[in-house]
Amino acid sequence: MSIHTTPLDDLVACPQCDTLHMAHGLPDNTRAYCQRCGIVMMTSQPAAMAQILSLALTAFVMMIAAVSFPFLTLDAGGLHNATSVLDAVMAFNDGYAFPLAVAVAFFIVVIPLIRLSALIYALGPLVREVRPRQGARKAFALAEKLRPWSMAEIFIVGVTVALIKVAGLAAVTIGPAFWAFAGVVVITVLKDQMICRYSIWEALDKASA
Amino acid sequence: MGSAGQSLGLITARDAGLVACQRCGQVHPLQTRVCKRCEGRLVSRDTESLQKVWAWLIAGMIAYIPANIYPMLLTSTLVERSESTIIGGAVELFDHGSYGIAAIVFIASVMIPVGKFIAIMYLALSVQRRSGENQHERHVAYEVVEFIGRWSMIDVFVVAILSALVQLDTIATVNPGIAAVSFALSVIFTMLSAQAFDSRLIWDADRTKQQ
Repeated sequence: MSIHTTPLDDLVACPQCDTLHMAHGLPDNTRAYCQRCGIVMMTSQPAAMAQILSLALTAFVMMIAAVSFPFLTLDAGGLHNATSVLDAVMAFNDGYAFPLAVAVAFFIVVIPLIRLSALIYALGPLVREVRPRQGARKAFALAEKLRPWSMAEIFIVGVTVALIKVAGLAAVTIGPAFWAFAGVVVITVLKDQMICRYSIWEALDKASA
Repeated sequence: MGSAGQSLGLITARDAGLVACQRCGQVHPLQTRVCKRCEGRLVSRDTESLQKVWAWLIAGMIAYIPANIYPMLLTSTLVERSESTIIGGAVELFDHGSYGIAAIVFIASVMIPVGKFIAIMYLALSVQRRSGENQHERHVAYEVVEFIGRWSMIDVFVVAILSALVQLDTIATVNPGIAAVSFALSVIFTMLSAQAFDSRLIWDADRTKQQ
């Protein structure tokens, strides 16, 4: 079959190397790879949309808990210091480091929350099989664009390193927010694994037509 | 393992007179400006890609210098005040016997950033030379750089947590040093550099070879 006889909507190009492929339905629970550069182009999981939405909702609630409760407490020589996630952000809050405080706040709390809200906004109507909300495409595009800048999982590894650094110096107690934050990380990784951009764009396109 | 479709003889969208949306994969006639499916901007090849890559990369490399010279952490305890740099922090952990953690810090703050500088330079130079070799290896290098670059932020977060947590009046306090800011900037700049790289350029050499 030649390219020129194929309707454009039946073609799909690899986002990373521009190679054209014919799009056709995938069997359930399989993946499609680019024939040239080998990246995953599509995955097909029948229940993915509902699962992504429920994971996003869970992560959102847990993120609120992670910000509200005490994260870590330190005791040494009769002195006591409780730290929340927001305190960690405000650590850079003196003069020259202020922009860094803003950046850290965005990386670990604000951007993850924006991504989750945008996904919930865009996918909610799709799961209920109603017409997508206005701006659903922009919301999903934003959630995907922000993906590399959402660094909750890196933060939790950083916390582990910090814990080991102070372990000899003082007694550290892990608060409920730590576990909530760890939960957010695990759920976010599971959720991002399930997102197949192609299928979601296709679904958004079909639902708004 | 499925496949996206039957072979069309590995022809790119551009060679077929089409332009593809990098967000959603939808294919359009070459002159189209906005994707009809996701409303994203369509560009067949980002002709300014390499300029942006070099600009961000150089900014990232410059910011990495003060990040290594100045202290990352300012620690003061009852008996002493000390400052530690990135490398100093890793060495300290190693001396305490936390080899695993020392390795994480060293890999995240030294090996990944330096490896990234080299990898991005190699990718940009090979595209400029229109090299048609090692395309698969270079594509893997690009994907690794994109995926792993963010992990350098670990050290910044360690500093943030330590400075928030260790505030015990006179006994011990930890405060962030100026290097934390330049290190964070270096990571952000190199992430932007990697994102500016248009990976489709790696594969375009195929076309020049055929002609």
